[in-house]
Amino acid sequence: MSDLNHADALKIWNIPGGIHPAECKALSNRTPIQPAPLPKQLTLPLNQHIGAPAEPVVTVGERVLKGQLIAAANGFVSVPLHAPTSGTVSFIGPQPYPHVSGMLAPAIVIDSDGLDEWCALTPCPNYQHLDNSLLAELIRQAGISGMGGAGFPTAVKLNARPTQKIHTLIINGTECEPYITADDVLMRERASALISGIDILVQLIQPQDVLIGIEDNKPEAVAAVRAALDGHRYQLKVFPTKYPSGGEKQLIQILTGVEVPSGGLPADIGMLCQNVGTCVAIHDAVVHGKPLISRITTLTGEALAQPMNVEVLLGTPVSELLAFAGLAQGKLNRLIMGGPMMGFTLPDFAVPLIKTTNCLLAATDVELPAPPPAMPCIRCGECAEACPASLLPQQLHFFAIGQEHEQLKAHNLFDCIECGACAYVCPSSIPLVQYYRAAKGEIRDLEQKQLKAEQSKQRFELRQERLRRAEEQKEADRQARAAKAAAAKAAQAAAAESGDAAAAAKPAGPTDEQKKLKIEASMAQVALRKAEKQLAAHVTPELQAQVDELRSAAVAAQQALDASMAANPPTPVAAAAPAADDGALKKAKIDAAMLRAQLRKLEKLEEPTSEQQTELQQLRTQLEAAEKLLASLQAEAPAPAAPKPAADDRAVEKAKIDAAMLRAQLRKLEKLEEPNSEQQTELQQLRTQLEAAEKLLASLQAEAPAPAAPKPAADDGALKKAKIDAAMLRAQLRKLEKLEEPTSEQQTELQQLRAQLEAAEKLLASLQAETPTAPTKTAEASAVDPLKKAKIELAMKRAELKKAEKAESDEATLNALRAALAQAEQALHDAEAASNKPAPELVRTDKKPIDEATRALKTEVAFARADLRKLERDDSSVADALATARQRLADAEQQLAEHQSA
Amino acid sequence: MSLVLIAVLALLALCLVAGAILGFAAIRFKVEGNPIAEQINALLPQTQCGQCGYPGCKPYAEAIAGGDKINKCPPGGESTIQALADLLDVEAEPLDAVEGEKPQMVAYIREAECIGCTKCIQACPVDAIVGAAKQMHTVIVSECTGCDLCVEPCPVDCIDMLEVGSTVQSWKWEKPLAPGQLIASDRGQAA
Repeated sequence: MSDLNHADALKIWNIPGGIHPAECKALSNRTPIQPAPLPKQLTLPLNQHIGAPAEPVVTVGERVLKGQLIAAANGFVSVPLHAPTSGTVSFIGPQPYPHVSGMLAPAIVIDSDGLDEWCALTPCPNYQHLDNSLLAELIRQAGISGMGGAGFPTAVKLNARPTQKIHTLIINGTECEPYITADDVLMRERASALISGIDILVQLIQPQDVLIGIEDNKPEAVAAVRAALDGHRYQLKVFPTKYPSGGEKQLIQILTGVEVPSGGLPADIGMLCQNVGTCVAIHDAVVHGKPLISRITTLTGEALAQPMNVEVLLGTPVSELLAFAGLAQGKLNRLIMGGPMMGFTLPDFAVPLIKTTNCLLAATDVELPAPPPAMPCIRCGECAEACPASLLPQQLHFFAIGQEHEQLKAHNLFDCIECGACAYVCPSSIPLVQYYRAAKGEIRDLEQKQLKAEQSKQRFELRQERLRRAEEQKEADRQARAAKAAAAKAAQAAAAESGDAAAAAKPAGPTDEQKKLKIEASMAQVALRKAEKQLAAHVTPELQAQVDELRSAAVAAQQALDASMAANPPTPVAAAAPAADDGALKKAKIDAAMLRAQLRKLEKLEEPTSEQQTELQQLRTQLEAAEKLLASLQAEAPAPAAPKPAADDRAVEKAKIDAAMLRAQLRKLEKLEEPNSEQQTELQQLRTQLEAAEKLLASLQAEAPAPAAPKPAADDGALKKAKIDAAMLRAQLRKLEKLEEPTSEQQTELQQLRAQLEAAEKLLASLQAETPTAPTKTAEASAVDPLKKAKIELAMKRAELKKAEKAESDEATLNALRAALAQAEQALHDAEAASNKPAPELVRTDKKPIDEATRALKTEVAFARADLRKLERDDSSVADALATARQRLADAEQQLAEHQSA
Repeated sequence: MSLVLIAVLALLALCLVAGAILGFAAIRFKVEGNPIAEQINALLPQTQCGQCGYPGCKPYAEAIAGGDKINKCPPGGESTIQALADLLDVEAEPLDAVEGEKPQMVAYIREAECIGCTKCIQACPVDAIVGAAKQMHTVIVSECTGCDLCVEPCPVDCIDMLEVGSTVQSWKWEKPLAPGQLIASDRGQAA
């Protein structure tokens, strides 16, 4: 206020153009503000302001109290909505909306309960202590939007802009449009609330100047405000009536002489404009804590019996208000919401009153006659003189007809405030404002489309870019994988090369070349099968050709492999070193075993593929080769043993081991439930081998006594050997006899063994028969030795006799043996006598002969113990088997004990 | 004689200098791409619908720059044809489409029927469909261009093309009848 001198303080400026239509304000400003009756139903559109529609926070059926929040602000440029009275939410959805189009808009419908019950309010009379942000929040929460008619969210307008400080606050009490007197009566009746509201705004934005602008056709309002201003340093400026001085930009020009730049906002030049109604609403919101739920609206027009200003709840149906004001339906020509210059004709009376509704004009035919038909423009230039924004309405009109959007923009179409002054003065009655509005709508629409197209293009390009990147990434991955595989292959090849020497040294199995060929063959097979599958799905000549090609390739690969295999069998080294030593034999055996295992594994496969089949075939041939080799080796193996017959016992032992091994193998094979042909042949081979081995063994054994013969009774060694041989033969014989189903081979073996055993026993007997004479003859020198010998001889004779008795030999042999025994006894006595030793005390232990039952029991115990030991040694034996064996042993021992005690 | 020679030489020198400048400018200020195709592309609605027979708006713009007709864009409609005619200084032709100009459409997925196959997501040229495999998909209305490319791939036909209705916000004033074009009842009065 300091930079304005006193002269400036009273100075006012003029605006270009403007008109002076009939005011008709006296109709409604003669009565004080009336309270409107409480309607039964309130319809509250969610979008009563500029910006995003509010979001409902209540549900249908919910009871709401007066002043309760029913819809929250949805974003920054949005305002919340409150229940104007207490009641129940009965509907949320499309409802009639005060708009030229007559379209429905989303709304909350509240059935009032008539109680008008307030919710808890938080009044804040001492707002001076409040923080600015808190104060702004209070205004925002109260749901206040511009009450002058535009409905811009007040809180957004008050939001401080860091770039431009507001230095002048302008309070708009102009109310320039004819008929409307809402602000007039508001200023008259609520001047103190208005000043209080201005105080809040001043605290909030801290302007240097506060200007209150009122037209000079409202002397009562001016007087009331002036009275209320007592003590405040706000400037009240009264200026001549002219339409449209109430426009924001026009008022700023009138009060300060500064023009808002084209396309700009008052804030750009440090100004802020607020309607008087908004100031009162701010006062109510902050000081009383009441949200914006009602407003003062002018009900006017010749069609109304009692034109007046009413304080009406938002959402009240227009029809009810008109009825309250005494609408004469017959007289009504047009019902206009807003003023006659800028308002719009309501298509429907069911629409509710909203936050921006400052007037309802029920005009008669005489008051507002229908406009005459438009005539062509005569280029009189009246419109340009009337335009308050200094535009060229005539030019804009022509550009609008020609849809020359660029020209319209160049002629500042968007600075048009649509005041209607040009149309008012037009002698041709051209609805100029409608042209401008249509042109503006079209341009905005196109711009929006352009924006969307640009956005779509961007999204499309980004998508293309993303897809391209994904493709590239995939390709890179593929290449990386290929490179890795190649590297691995190279490394393998290098390893194979370096290991060539080593591989040559141990060429067991197929060579590298064969391996490669095999891999190639199987790969060709796989490719062929894949192609065949594809062919089965879709038969095309290309595919057919491809399959044929693949097939021939696969066959070629297989042939190459077979040729390689035939030329170079996998066990060439084994064949090259035949029977040089047992090592070769062993190796051949291992090879054969391995091949057999592999073969068996493959045979187990339920559905062998063709590759596996071929592999199986190869394995079989390899196995056969290996077995042949083995057979030849084995056939040769006894041969080298033959040239040195009975040179020592080692040859016999080896032959025995061979025979045992062959037998074990044979038995293993016999156990197989379903021997295949290979196994059968193997079995046959084994049997022949076994026979050969046994023959060899028999001959060896037959020879073995022979070499003993040339040195008869030379010493006890020969006798011992003969005994051991006999014992071994006996054991073997017994083993064979135990077999429950002896095969023919075993039978023959048994026969041989028996024959051998007999021979051995005979030999032994002859040896033993010789020995009694020999030692007595030769061992005369020593005294003790003959004695010992005689004793042994006696024992042996006794054993022989017992054996003969047991074997139920004929009487002659028995007698001979008895005689021998007697002889031995005599010999012992002689020896004793000859040895000069004191005769031993004869201690005849009455040893009872063991009866058959005891022997059987003892045998049983021994067997049981042996079985148990065997099971215990074997780790894989089952616990059950162990337990039964133990039980058997325990039973046998118990029985034996019982028998002996009995 | 010397005068003529001087004049010829002077002109020759001028030609050489101008040629050098032009040559330099041609290299120094070379424009990448076809500028006219870019301008045409800016006028097209960028729905990427392919109704013109090209795989997107840019290919069609390039085709127009190469001499194709300007009336093959149904989403753009008459206004786009007019804009293209103005830009290329050719005669505006009526729209080459069976159904004529269609109102702005937006895809709508009946979410209860969506099986989450993601086929529409792959078809959408502007990524205006959100969803994941075996999850319900939905259209981002503000990003949908109404190209209807998502309708065909849907295996359960749960995508509808809905007309974008006019709302109170999108409503715009009608242009009044041009002066002289009077309705029948007004003619007598005007005379």
